[in-house]
Amino acid sequence: MAVKKTYEEINEKIRRGEAVVVTAEEIIGIVNDEGVEKAAQKVDVITTGTFGPMCSTGAFINFGHSDPPIKMTKVWLNDVPAYAGLAAVDAYIGATELSETQGMNYGGAYVIEDLIAGKNVKLEAEAYGTDCYPRKDIVTYISKDTLNEVYLFNPRNAYQNYAVAVNSSARMLYTYMGTLLPKLGNATYCSAGQLSPLLNDPFYRTIGIGTRVFLAGMQGYVAWQGTQFNPQQTRSENGVPIGTGGTLALIGNLKDMNTEFIRAATFHNYGTTMFVGVGIPIPVLDEDVVEKASVSDKDIYTTIVDYSVPQRSKPNFGKVNYAELRSGKIEINGKTVRTAPISSLNKARKIAATLKEWIKQGNFFLQQPVENFSLDQTFKPLEIVTEEEI
Amino acid sequence: MAKKKFVLHFPEESVEKPVTYHLVKDYNLIPNILRAQIDENEGTLVVDLQGSAEQIDRGVIFLKDQGVGIQEAIQDLVINRDRCVDCGSCTGVCKPGALAIGPDDWELKFDLDKCIFCELCINTCPTRAIKVQF
Repeated sequence: MAVKKTYEEINEKIRRGEAVVVTAEEIIGIVNDEGVEKAAQKVDVITTGTFGPMCSTGAFINFGHSDPPIKMTKVWLNDVPAYAGLAAVDAYIGATELSETQGMNYGGAYVIEDLIAGKNVKLEAEAYGTDCYPRKDIVTYISKDTLNEVYLFNPRNAYQNYAVAVNSSARMLYTYMGTLLPKLGNATYCSAGQLSPLLNDPFYRTIGIGTRVFLAGMQGYVAWQGTQFNPQQTRSENGVPIGTGGTLALIGNLKDMNTEFIRAATFHNYGTTMFVGVGIPIPVLDEDVVEKASVSDKDIYTTIVDYSVPQRSKPNFGKVNYAELRSGKIEINGKTVRTAPISSLNKARKIAATLKEWIKQGNFFLQQPVENFSLDQTFKPLEIVTEEEI
Repeated sequence: MAKKKFVLHFPEESVEKPVTYHLVKDYNLIPNILRAQIDENEGTLVVDLQGSAEQIDRGVIFLKDQGVGIQEAIQDLVINRDRCVDCGSCTGVCKPGALAIGPDDWELKFDLDKCIFCELCINTCPTRAIKVQF
């Protein structure tokens, strides 16, 4: 008999403390042992997790008004520029913005981590002065407790899948995929694989606008599709994209976040970025949900891309699955190449386990998407053209 | 038989001397060169010396007499567990496999015996959690 459950029924079970919650790794064994139908009857929620560098991360801040007030047209936090082309005393600090005094050793990501950690941050601002905002400059200190609102709004997080990076050239490359040794000296990959949110819901049936998620240790939301959302990516037979695929725009209150699940980072000679912890619960609405969420590393493929070619379209060395990548070595053109992860499976597991506990204890309820993502959108490049050519 | 790891620093005036030959011939040691590098300041050799404890001691005295700077393997790599997120990036540049992650708990492990102090991991670590200790 076909299994059908609604969000309301699952939330009622959570409320009564009766919901059966397993992680996206645990569901693999359950489906192997008992089959999809029994697993769908038994399990109510499947939790996912990922913890990787996500450059498209940043925070909106409202500083409050000084006396006399200032419009703040230019803003720095610990010498890192923030964007202030908004209403007075609103700003956005992005993770990859570099410090004007420390370069790549400090940047927007570090400001965000310092704020979450409760540290004091130096605020400097300038303005041109108006009748309503007469002050022209200010230097003061803030912390998350002094701010009105401070929330992360990350335009592009939780890539569904990502390429494996290698370097066929004779020199070392420093990339957002880490240090790539020359002559295929290593291969780096960046996904939680079978535990990763969008790999367990490949067609975004349950993950859409409004979905409540684990974000950096607190409860946040999917705000929108992520930038560069690419549902048209080539997919394997099981529906899993073999390249980047979908992404998510996420929102959540910085004041409630925990530095255990979000961390500033610097990729050498590349810049600053932020490890972001994301976990998404998948409600077991029917067998199809379970079947998709029981995907395992050996059935998730990605493409090996040569990062030594400085062009948009890079040559590739074929496909590889995450079970092979996790084994520590793969073969490329007959050569054995050491593999290394860039995202933390250890943290991803902690996130999926934490989310599982929250749901079991009745502290986290599932939110049905208020709207699902379109599967029709295409991913467009930027062409260099004249005004007449466009 | 004992085995000890040393970092040897050769100033300009010492680079012409065939010290490895003498360590084998005169002191009966088995040197295993783990890493060799020459830059604008000096030559550096990371080497395992295998032999009896007494032979190693005599070899070290010989090296010092030749003007070679010797750092015994007191050097360590320290991982700040509060900063480390177990991402595994460092394992990608660690050719001898001293830094390793997986296959079960996916926590970063470090094996000092395998480390050749190339220091590639220092800059590769995204959270700057790895430091060399002298």
